[in-house]
Amino acid sequence: MPHKQPDLDLSPHVSDEVRKTTCYMCACRCGIDVHMKGGKVAYIEGNRDHPVNKGVLCAKGSAGIMQHNSPARLRAPLRRVGPRGSGEFEEISWDEALSLATDWLAPLRETAPEKLAFFTGRDQSQSFTSYWAQNFGTPNYAAHGGFCSVNMAAAGIYTMGGAFWEFGTPDWEYTKLFMLFGVAEDHDSNPIKMGIGKIKARGARVIGVNPIRSGYNAVADDWVGITPGTDGLFILALVHELMKAGRIDVDYLSRYTNAPVLVNGDAKSPDHGLFLRDADGKALVIDRGTGKLAAFDTPGIRPDLHATHRAAGVTHRPVMHLMAERYLDPQYAPEAVAERCGLTPQKIRNIAAELARVAFDEAFTLDRKWTDFRGETHQTMTGRPVSFHAMRGISAHSNGFQTCRALHVLQIILGTVEVPGGMRFKPPYPKPVSAHPRPHSNCAPGKPLDGPHLGYVTGPDDLCLKVDGSPARIDKAFTWENPLSAHGLMHMVISNAHAGDPYKIDTLFLYMANMSWNSSMNTGGVTKMLTDKGEDGEYVIPRIIYSDAYSSEMVAYADLILPDTTYLERYDCISLLDRPISEPNAAADAIRWPVVEPDRDVRSFQSAMCELGARLNLPGFVTEDGGQKYADYADYITNHQRKPGIGPLAGWRMGENGLTHGRGAPNEAQLDSYIKNGGFCTQHIPEDAQYYKPWNMAYQDWAVGIGIFDSPHPYIFDLYSEPLRRFQLAAEGHGSRQPPDHLREQIKATMDPLPIWYAALEDGHVDSAEYPIHALTQRPMAMYHSWGSQNAWLRQIHGYNPLYLPTKLFQQHGFTDGDWARVTSAHGEITVPVAHMAALNEHTVWTWNAIGKQKGAWALKDGAPETTKGFLLNHLIHELLPPRGDGLRWANSDPVTGQAAWFDLRVKIEKVRAPDEAHPVMPKIKSPVGTGPDKLAWKVGK
Amino acid sequence: MTALPASTQRKLGLVIDLDTCVGCHACVISCKGWNTENYGAPLSDQEPYGKDPSGTFLNRVHSYEVQPLATSDAVQPAAQLVHFPKSCLHCEDAPCVTVCPTGASYKRVEDGIVLVNEADCIGCGLCAWACPYGAREMDAEEGVMKKCTLCVDRIYNENLPEVDRVPVCVRTCPAGARHFGDFADPDSHVSKLTAERGGFDLMPEQGTKPVNKYLPPRARDQLDEAPQIDILAPFLDTVAEEPTGFVAWLDRALSKV
Repeated sequence: MPHKQPDLDLSPHVSDEVRKTTCYMCACRCGIDVHMKGGKVAYIEGNRDHPVNKGVLCAKGSAGIMQHNSPARLRAPLRRVGPRGSGEFEEISWDEALSLATDWLAPLRETAPEKLAFFTGRDQSQSFTSYWAQNFGTPNYAAHGGFCSVNMAAAGIYTMGGAFWEFGTPDWEYTKLFMLFGVAEDHDSNPIKMGIGKIKARGARVIGVNPIRSGYNAVADDWVGITPGTDGLFILALVHELMKAGRIDVDYLSRYTNAPVLVNGDAKSPDHGLFLRDADGKALVIDRGTGKLAAFDTPGIRPDLHATHRAAGVTHRPVMHLMAERYLDPQYAPEAVAERCGLTPQKIRNIAAELARVAFDEAFTLDRKWTDFRGETHQTMTGRPVSFHAMRGISAHSNGFQTCRALHVLQIILGTVEVPGGMRFKPPYPKPVSAHPRPHSNCAPGKPLDGPHLGYVTGPDDLCLKVDGSPARIDKAFTWENPLSAHGLMHMVISNAHAGDPYKIDTLFLYMANMSWNSSMNTGGVTKMLTDKGEDGEYVIPRIIYSDAYSSEMVAYADLILPDTTYLERYDCISLLDRPISEPNAAADAIRWPVVEPDRDVRSFQSAMCELGARLNLPGFVTEDGGQKYADYADYITNHQRKPGIGPLAGWRMGENGLTHGRGAPNEAQLDSYIKNGGFCTQHIPEDAQYYKPWNMAYQDWAVGIGIFDSPHPYIFDLYSEPLRRFQLAAEGHGSRQPPDHLREQIKATMDPLPIWYAALEDGHVDSAEYPIHALTQRPMAMYHSWGSQNAWLRQIHGYNPLYLPTKLFQQHGFTDGDWARVTSAHGEITVPVAHMAALNEHTVWTWNAIGKQKGAWALKDGAPETTKGFLLNHLIHELLPPRGDGLRWANSDPVTGQAAWFDLRVKIEKVRAPDEAHPVMPKIKSPVGTGPDKLAWKVGK
Repeated sequence: MTALPASTQRKLGLVIDLDTCVGCHACVISCKGWNTENYGAPLSDQEPYGKDPSGTFLNRVHSYEVQPLATSDAVQPAAQLVHFPKSCLHCEDAPCVTVCPTGASYKRVEDGIVLVNEADCIGCGLCAWACPYGAREMDAEEGVMKKCTLCVDRIYNENLPEVDRVPVCVRTCPAGARHFGDFADPDSHVSKLTAERGGFDLMPEQGTKPVNKYLPPRARDQLDEAPQIDILAPFLDTVAEEPTGFVAWLDRALSKV
């Protein structure tokens, strides 16, 4: 045939209209352009103007159209008619559903509000849901942070008033060396990918620390294939090397941290180990100029790191001395730690040297004048172009809090936090512990709670204990077992409610959390707890209400289902009161709005809660005459004020002279303004206020102006943490509020005010010779939790999850591809397919998280590989550690924060004959939505 | 059999950076979305919720492990993982075109893009056999051959803002690992990037002269290597082995700032 070209239409019609909203395919919250044809969603791409993703979009985001049209969408409220776990429901009206919920909840509120446990999962409306729970009056509210990454968040707040992700980010503009620890590949996913691409394009380098070399670690210039749970040891070896070599930023440490603050050295004092303070309660330092004591923030002083203070025969030393004593110790030398970390001493030294070289020898200055909180004006800003990022890989261990603290100490001694090229905070952060609330748990019949549920404790007095010393909360958050549990312990709620420990509840109310399946440890045990009946024939957990948009596994285990909308059918606010989308140079918040109307009898969960709140007569949800205060969530977003002038959204408020951002009265057209602006609002930080934020008065004043603070909050970083020391003092016998004796040693050992490393607690309960292998999960970049398996496009990428084995183990056990293994932990066993992976720590096996599905869930058909070969490691992980003969229940959590210690898991493996399907085989549930179609040939336009 | 044009005025194509591709599949799915809704028949899926889901994709990401051999400095070098996105390479000597019995497969004279005219495609599948890269996929629902169009319905589309007139995979790539341009122009961004970074042809021995190029991963794990000791050792001279000496050093260090 000769060459011939048809006439092509090179400018076809793209769409009738582009509607700009916010993605919800993970927690990244990118801006999306939804292309509409004939009133239907035709195509989704990234919004180029959006501060988070600047036009790019990941696989999940682009596949949003298949999520929006998923066959697993719930269609109407459901009432359970079969036994729990059967999946047998009848459809009911919204009036029936909300009446039923009201009938269940109203008596609880009038008699014992704590009998409602309200926990939310991938909730992006926590300032709303917590407000609802506070008005109901139950102390039992939290979102999913306790089983996610609270160690990272809490260690960051306690050390430097902010952590990573929505708290802070590498300075992608200037950084030259980026070091990444254990990041789930969907966490802040597009910004990290964009950042890595950007810095690599200019020749900057990436060091990845992760037992598994996939994703970000695959593109890292250097890979540190660390043994799980030893990150803290590795980090403290870096600290050891840097201090020994004097490669630390002494100027930064003296000015901006508590390194110079004097610590009470009197071993007999009840304040031993606390800071010396002046009459106003301000921590004391020695001024290098005068040699005299001075409050740390005194104008004109230069705090000394060297001098000590002698009084009444006792020498009080600055924090820096204690750090020298701790970290110069040979126990932290590379030679002493390398083998446990799975590294060589030389590699640790090389990395320390490289960090130092880039931080100090590639330092640079920006010509930006700024004034610090002591009133000193600096002509320039010094850049130290080393940045870090970390997430669940280091935090989901029982030593995770101290490991995260250690990482922040490493950043701080290099002088790389809030400086050009380092790590930068995003408003409303930086925000020190003192600017956060304390936790509240005082409840009374018919009354709202006495304050916000979650917060940051500063010592034993802030714990949530009843008068008799027992836990006030069902999850035992803020107790001696885990005092700093800033996000609660959602992973303990079902287990504790089933055990009636610390007390029984009546109604478990969950939102968007797959707690019968991949979001719980001990999945088989949890489904038994959810279906277990007492001698009276009633369920041990009497009532369960659940809200989800999709037919997840959890649906089958609830009594009443409130069907949520998809993310394209709803209003939402991504609020500065909650987890906003700010950038280091700007405060930013955003909305979702219904780009299409639901075609099913479903309601946005938050709108349903506005009505339920009114039916229950909750003070925040009724008008003075007893009517419903907020017609729906959009009404709440627009008109709710947390305090005068401050509402869920900061943009386009009604100021004295017209529309304004920040502080202002509600504006009925506010959501329209957001929609017109692409779904978000950005408030830029002035140039002289963009770095050194915790100490920069221009930033502090700007933050007050837009309503982040009511007054300036400058502070210094806490290398040494006094709140932790206060718990140690209590364990040593000081103070009136005393821990139970069996926890004293644990508190003394783990609540160290300077970062330490200790072996994972599971190692003390499990024979590490019998279970020599570490087992992990990772989240794939193209899936978010369990949601992706209902997505026809994404499940073609990740429909199957073998257990990956490193070369040595693979060969040692004589495996070939296609073989199966029995994997056993101290708690349980699974039988699963295996595959070989060479780029893997030699003591570690792993699989993709949450690919395994229960038969009947997510509208999947019989035989779907997710239900036959897919599996969860959760069956191997118990919420309690194995008994060790002391008669006590030891939680499988970090003893500081209660963070679920998913990654402490130890296993052994053996080769077995291939079974028909992965074990354990869980019962099939009846799908309330049927199953999806046999084929798709999708086209919205002609 | 179908003739190729003697030459093309431009050589539009992609250069893909294997140093920064994190394997996230963003390009795969944005391509699926755009090309389902646009050029030709939708990209269908069979058993999308069933036992063996299988759909048409014009772009897929494969992952390969690399195990470097031991050297005198590194007894067991760390293995590496390379993510490798693959779609039609719009070859200058495209065997998928010359093999086509109906003239449905063709290479555009203006820009070198290789396309399938679905109206003339009989679904015989010869082109997929001829392509050494496995870059063509038969759509099971429509019975026509599908392949990367380089988003020919975007790159000239006057209904799109100018900045968006690029293939959708390039627009969406979060890591910025995909670049689009004219390889016939030595001053284009893609030509320069290919020259600077040692961009290479995929399987040049096949003689297809692919237009698309790949940039190789940069050298990995330099900090593992022993020679680093000599270069970096001066940076870690010891100032103090124990606390007393360290505290004295602190005093000296603070005096200098």
